[in-house]
Amino acid sequence: MQQADLTATSVVKRFGDHLAVDSISFEVARGSFFSILGPSGCGKTTLLRMIAGFLEPDQGEIAIGGLNMRAVPPNRRPVNMVFQQLALFPMMSVGENVAYGLARRGAGRAERAAKAAAMLERVGLAGAADKRVDQLSGGQRQRVAIARSLVLEPTLLLLDEPLGALDLKLREHMKIELKQLQAEFGTTFVYITHDQSEALVLSDRVGVMNRGRFEQIGSPQDLYYRPASAFVAGFVGDNNRIEGRAVAVDGATVTLETADGWRLHARRETAVAAGDAVEAFVRPEAATLARERAQLPPGQSVHEGVVDSLLFDGAKSAVLLRESRSRREIRIALPQTGQFADLRHGEAVFFSFDPERATCFAAAGRGGNGRG
Amino acid sequence: MIPSLPRPPWLRAATWIYVAAFVGFLFLPLIVVSVFAFNDAPYPAPPWHSFTLDWFVADGSTSRLGLFHDSQLLESIWTSCEVGVWVTLLSVSVGLANALLLGRHEFRGKQLLSVMMLVPLVIPGVILGISILAFASRIAQFGDDSLGLDLGFLRPGLPLVVLGQFSYIATIATLTIRARLARFDRTLEEAALNLGASRAAVFATILLPYLRPALIGTAAVAFLLSFADFNTTLMLVGGDPPLTVLMYGRMHQGATPVLNAVSVFLMIASAALALAMVRRPRD
Amino acid sequence: MTGRARPALSRRLGTWLLMAPALSWIGLLIVLPHAELAMLSLKAGSGAPQGGFSLAQYRTFFDEPEYWHTFVRTAWMSALATFLTLCFAFPVAWVIAKVAKGRAAAWLFLACMIPFWISETVRTLGWMILLRQSGVLPMLLTRIGLTAAPVELLYHDSTIMIGLIYTSMLFMIVPLVSSLQSLDDALIEAAYDLGASGPTVLRTIVIPHAAPGMTAGCIIVFMLTLGNYITPTLLGGKNSEWFTEQIYTQFITRFNWGQGAAFGFLLLALSTAMVLVGLRLSGQRFADVMGRG
Ligand SMILES: Nc1ncnc2c1ncn2[C@@H]1O[C@H](COP(=O)(O)OP(=O)(O)OP(=O)(O)O)[C@@H](O)[C@H]1O
Ligand SMILES: [Mg+2]
Repeated sequence: MQQADLTATSVVKRFGDHLAVDSISFEVARGSFFSILGPSGCGKTTLLRMIAGFLEPDQGEIAIGGLNMRAVPPNRRPVNMVFQQLALFPMMSVGENVAYGLARRGAGRAERAAKAAAMLERVGLAGAADKRVDQLSGGQRQRVAIARSLVLEPTLLLLDEPLGALDLKLREHMKIELKQLQAEFGTTFVYITHDQSEALVLSDRVGVMNRGRFEQIGSPQDLYYRPASAFVAGFVGDNNRIEGRAVAVDGATVTLETADGWRLHARRETAVAAGDAVEAFVRPEAATLARERAQLPPGQSVHEGVVDSLLFDGAKSAVLLRESRSRREIRIALPQTGQFADLRHGEAVFFSFDPERATCFAAAGRGGNGRG
Repeated sequence: MIPSLPRPPWLRAATWIYVAAFVGFLFLPLIVVSVFAFNDAPYPAPPWHSFTLDWFVADGSTSRLGLFHDSQLLESIWTSCEVGVWVTLLSVSVGLANALLLGRHEFRGKQLLSVMMLVPLVIPGVILGISILAFASRIAQFGDDSLGLDLGFLRPGLPLVVLGQFSYIATIATLTIRARLARFDRTLEEAALNLGASRAAVFATILLPYLRPALIGTAAVAFLLSFADFNTTLMLVGGDPPLTVLMYGRMHQGATPVLNAVSVFLMIASAALALAMVRRPRD
Repeated sequence: MTGRARPALSRRLGTWLLMAPALSWIGLLIVLPHAELAMLSLKAGSGAPQGGFSLAQYRTFFDEPEYWHTFVRTAWMSALATFLTLCFAFPVAWVIAKVAKGRAAAWLFLACMIPFWISETVRTLGWMILLRQSGVLPMLLTRIGLTAAPVELLYHDSTIMIGLIYTSMLFMIVPLVSSLQSLDDALIEAAYDLGASGPTVLRTIVIPHAAPGMTAGCIIVFMLTLGNYITPTLLGGKNSEWFTEQIYTQFITRFNWGQGAAFGFLLLALSTAMVLVGLRLSGQRFADVMGRG
């Protein structure tokens, strides 16, 4: 691994009784794009504000570029931040906004203007320096906010849900633009989001946060295919969640039986013993659908279901069906061939999946994880 | 009722007649005052004789003394301006400090202090005046008797007038500046800090520019209020009366239309100030 | 909060520095002067600094019918002026907030404010020129034959009342407009839709909503009227019998500070009592009401 630009060691932050950040440790490699993904209120902003220096950790250390940041005020840290609501200065022009940090460093007027203009050009806003902030569109403001930070050449750029304020179309567009900007500048990005698709698309590594802790830190592929906890499996990507009891454990394969007697197999991700309460996750695209039993891949256990509804969404089309025994709702992705386009409500179908691609976890004591 | 609901025509007509009458009522005294500033008669009373500028320009040789030669009036205008400038400076700076204190700091007794800051607004001006008069002369007396100091500025006079007016205008300044500060988005400050600004730079480059409209507005209001103040001033005034007090004295005696001329002058000045305020681009 | 931004010590220092002007202002110009006034009013005998405390000054007030007569009259007329101001201002505030649109509303509002940018002395001068026997209105009345000879319209109670309403108008209109503007038109439409008549809507929707603004306006107007000096003395002349005039006479003309201080306190007590009653009646807090002004 390359040298780390950001190292957090056992960082803790409490608000009264509430443990907002619970002993978090992680590293972000130089030049990489690191995302912190988690549901609302899990402590993402708190963590970011500690890195920026607006909050003091109760315990633990934060080092940036190898330097310990304890007692370093926010205006002396080599980090810059893109705020959730952008926080562009309304009383200044676009150029003055971008040059603000340079002016604070004592750069001369000419140097400031030149650097600001060059930076604006790099983010595709050449010639906008004299505009007022409120004359810009949402996406342009976004770019000004990023330019304002990047012009200072920070070691680390922090972004707190910077796309949160934009509408859906613009989000999709800015997502790609952000990725390109990061690749071009090579600055280390720490990016906060509660949108798993943003995290997966943009990041080199993602930390999935829940209740003030990281559940898993890994590449987007790791999170998607090898979730380390039930929370991650439920939170990252679509998943069918089935809870029940382990009736048999054979090596890595667990046989799960639901309360109403439906049995299925899944790969164990945590220690599981026969008789334990467990939950299994099956991704919609991991299951195969068929009208006849014989059309399913051989060797997989076959499950029966009844079509509930067809969800057409282009390449992401799926069918919702009810497993015959348990009446559970299962979502299965439809192949692109269009071969199931004529499925009817109430039609009986068969499905199966490779137990290797279904994950199984010992059920946690707490309920209501992620999207179930 | 509101336009989107059916209103009988008579109600609509009555509404606008009432509004017109109301506006007429508001402007009637001002119009009358202005008109008689130009009447060629020794007293501001009908009938209308003919147009004259005597009440502005006459130099006393024709037994008429116009505003521009009435040194007593001119001096009192100057006095009012001086008092106004001091009151404005004091009120705006104290109002800014108070707004920052209440908006940004936590301390014991904050609730009490913020209520106390509102209290001057409900104390009649006359009482503010006499209480400050009594307290100031007590101190002056004490300084004289015990310390042998001559604290002349604590005797009735302009310094006391300034303090008396300031004592309630500061409340208004605090309220308006604080209201604007409350709408300030604090992430702007954090963003500036994050971009490397020091505390002082954040104040000078972010907060002060943001508050500037409120500061200018407050200054204008403070000056106007000070210029117009009568109740508090009356109790604290010494030898050189500000304009309101001088005018009051002359009105008691039944004065010449030179007072109308001063009034016209005041209206023009206020209108200019108001216009400047309205024209100023807001953000 | 930017907890880390500043060490606690320098922050505390900042708090103290910022508190200094506020404490000097409130302490030296409000609290201590009023304490001094209270002591003056309780001092036995006029002038002499020695001697204990007594209620003599207050007793004089109740013994002399002239004094408490003036007091009650001032209070009563101020209350009446406040009520009338509310009645006259409400329709105009309604038009500004709800009926007139856009520029018309802005202009009308501005028209209501302009007269108050000019000092009360000037406005009173206008009324004097209009109303005195040799003035504009008496002359017009004779011209159209309503009166045989010009009558004196100054120096009546109703003249004082008109003057008081006039000077108070702005302080009623501004809070009324701002509280009426915050009333959603849809509420009125909904009430209509549910079968309410105009007066019912006014009683059940509009007035409850505007109550805070009405209270704020009434408190300020009452306070200003009670403490007014120019309007009653100039428009009422010798018949004005206004309590602030008594205070002035005692304090400045007769140099009887003890008596003047006692009168001042009585006036202060009255205005405080009315503020508290107003707040109680409308169930509001002082800071909220004043904060909106
Ligand atoms: N200043 C504070 N005082 C008290 N509690 C706070 C404070 N700031 C945050 N919290 C609490 O800490 C928890 C974490 O807040 P945080 O803002 O870090 O969440 P988040 O993950 O950024 O959420 P979101 O996605 O909604 O922005 C929340 O429960 C919040 O209520
Ligand atoms: Mg957040």
